[in-house]
Amino acid sequence: MKKRVGSLLMAMAIGAGMLAGCGASSSTASGASSGAAGGAGGEEGAVINIYSWNDEFRTRLEAIYPEVESTSSDGTVTTLKDGTEIHWIINPNQDGVYQQKLDEALLNQATAAADDKVDIFLSETDYVFKYTDATANVAMPLTDLGIDPDTDLADQYSFTKTTASDQNGVQRGSTWQCCPGLLVYRRDIAMDVFGTDDPVAVGEKVKDWDTLKATAEELKAKGYYTFASYADTFRLYGNSISEPWVAAGETTLRVDPQIMNWIEDSKEWLDAGYFDSTVKGQWNDDWNKSMGSASKVFAFLLPAWGIDFTLNPNWDGDAGAWAVTNPPQEYNWGGSYIHAATGTDNPTAVRDIILSLTADKANLLKISKDYMDFTNTVSGMQEAATDEAFASEFLGGQNAYEYFAPVAENIKIAPLSSYDQGCVELIQNAFSDYFQGNVDFDRAKTNFETAIQERYPDITEIQWP
Amino acid sequence: MKNKKKSISYAKWGYIFILPFFLCFLIFSLIPLVDTVRYSFYEYYRSGLNEIGPNFVGLANYKSLLESDMLRYAGNTMILWLIGFVPQIVIALLLANWFTDIRLKIYCKQFFKIVIYLPNLIMASAFSMLFFAMFSTNGPINSILESLGWIAEPIDFLGTAFGTRSLVGLMNFLMWFGNTTIMLMAAIMGISPDIFEACEIDGCTPLRRFFSITLPLIRPILAYTLITSIVGGLQMFDVPQILTNGQGNPDRTSMTLIMFLNSHLKSRNYGMAGSLSVYLFVVSAILCFFVYKMTNNETSPKPHKQKAGKQGGKGK
Repeated sequence: MKKRVGSLLMAMAIGAGMLAGCGASSSTASGASSGAAGGAGGEEGAVINIYSWNDEFRTRLEAIYPEVESTSSDGTVTTLKDGTEIHWIINPNQDGVYQQKLDEALLNQATAAADDKVDIFLSETDYVFKYTDATANVAMPLTDLGIDPDTDLADQYSFTKTTASDQNGVQRGSTWQCCPGLLVYRRDIAMDVFGTDDPVAVGEKVKDWDTLKATAEELKAKGYYTFASYADTFRLYGNSISEPWVAAGETTLRVDPQIMNWIEDSKEWLDAGYFDSTVKGQWNDDWNKSMGSASKVFAFLLPAWGIDFTLNPNWDGDAGAWAVTNPPQEYNWGGSYIHAATGTDNPTAVRDIILSLTADKANLLKISKDYMDFTNTVSGMQEAATDEAFASEFLGGQNAYEYFAPVAENIKIAPLSSYDQGCVELIQNAFSDYFQGNVDFDRAKTNFETAIQERYPDITEIQWP
Repeated sequence: MKNKKKSISYAKWGYIFILPFFLCFLIFSLIPLVDTVRYSFYEYYRSGLNEIGPNFVGLANYKSLLESDMLRYAGNTMILWLIGFVPQIVIALLLANWFTDIRLKIYCKQFFKIVIYLPNLIMASAFSMLFFAMFSTNGPINSILESLGWIAEPIDFLGTAFGTRSLVGLMNFLMWFGNTTIMLMAAIMGISPDIFEACEIDGCTPLRRFFSITLPLIRPILAYTLITSIVGGLQMFDVPQILTNGQGNPDRTSMTLIMFLNSHLKSRNYGMAGSLSVYLFVVSAILCFFVYKMTNNETSPKPHKQKAGKQGGKGK
């Protein structure tokens, strides 16, 4: 009898062990790390969790934050001098993956263990609105951290401050970059077609849409494409809409006339052969290849980060083959905002990082010099525009800030809504089929309506102009 | 007392040892399954960071799904499945027949068996990425065709419904025909050699032998293959998802039911996703019932049971 009870117990223990298996390992791991936490960091947590979608922020932080000691070779953990660890949680932006993961973490913020809490997260202009929302209250007001936007961030471009503020005007994020876009072109193609690669002369050829169209015809005659794809021009139209996609408190989505212009012009340009029809959209292999030396694409519309982060790695020829000039229309593309997550256990460290990365002029100028980022300091950028030290080798010794600075001062940021990312992504997808002639105009409209209502079930109606 | 002890049933230990499985099934499969069904009657999603619901809405989710393009996606799924399944079963039958034929002396049989099974070991998403890169307009396949002089302009494989669907079919075929071949071989080898010998003495042609002896005798396994393949086909997701970037391009012609489900989960729309799952569950149950009845009366109930478990697990 005893034996039998014993073996029954054994069997149950095995069963329980199997069930508990996966749960147990993670809890012991976090227990161990929080144990280490108390020793190293004093009253603040020993782990700073940062959510982002690529390593852009990490490289900036490593470059200028004086407390950085070292980063592990796989780039997931950065150790600071006082022993605090920064854990990088990186998820791709595409298809809303980053936001899904971030939302999940933010909703568990209250119950998460101190060292598992989100401390800093980044957001892009496309969805910054969702996270600065006052009722959601997931991003801390900067004043609560001890940062006074009026004095500490006085030198920032004012539109970046507006973008990072909630509906009551309370600033809940700050950025180191400001993303005026330019037209980046290949010097050799300009030489071949226009006989000059001088930015001023080329700028004259692309100064507005009508002139650019005539220029596109010239380029086509020589066998070149003006831009790679219809997605390249989207930001110029899409970021100059006059009304938000969805007005606050409403469930009606209004497609702006500017978007319709983009659709009309893109179709016309693609049919005319001004775009490379084999490149469908951005961020894919074909698009990357179109930035290579074998491509026939004349120009790209990119902000400063695009030149450093996208164009440079994809270019396989000699440095100095590209140059920048004014775009046909002023625009802003992107911008990574740094937010302190509500409930963070490292408020002082977070405050330090935000100030050091977004308010320190010397640091910002260093980022500009090393990474060609157009940084968020009005006076600094004005200095850079005339300082020869900011000339870029990649652009053949041209000082791009001369062109960036005036664009930045003229940017009017498009009114935001929390549905922007889905709208921007899905309208391009839906009309891709239309541009390529797979579906007619009305079908593309219906496809957009279907897709947007799948993504955002609370949208009840879509109005077309 | 002592007498009673002697008549003890050892079957009890069997139950105790399978208890962990049932506990796992209960916690990780059955409870989520019941939850899925429950939420299908609720309005329950997330808008931005705010949770909406759960509010009981009755059959509203089911109704709005019927009004949506769900049936079109069901059609897409079936077409994609057929494009892959038809060549798969034909080639698998042929190969299985050859490999088991004693008169055909195929060398390195073991080697070939491994080779045809290999594509199944690659992760579907990796395989899909590979195809996406290979068949892109500026990709290697187009370059090869162009340098051979077979085509003048690059072919836009992923720009047409035909091209995209064929690629999905081709991938599914490549991934699964080895698995099916090996299963069918096992079935054919299970047939008594006496029967084959007898028919040969009677002067039966190989073709006749295949249709009159092999096929009828492997019917149970064929039915099993068909059922698992249909259920797998209904759940088709990773290959078209990766190949079309989750959009089901062009014009949503390669959008499968599970991709549709996935786009609802982007907004954490548990209500809508739940009711779609319930539809899927019912459809696969009906399909299986038909195939099961049609093909056979002597199949052991085992494959059916196994299938139902799998479905429950993925029904969420």
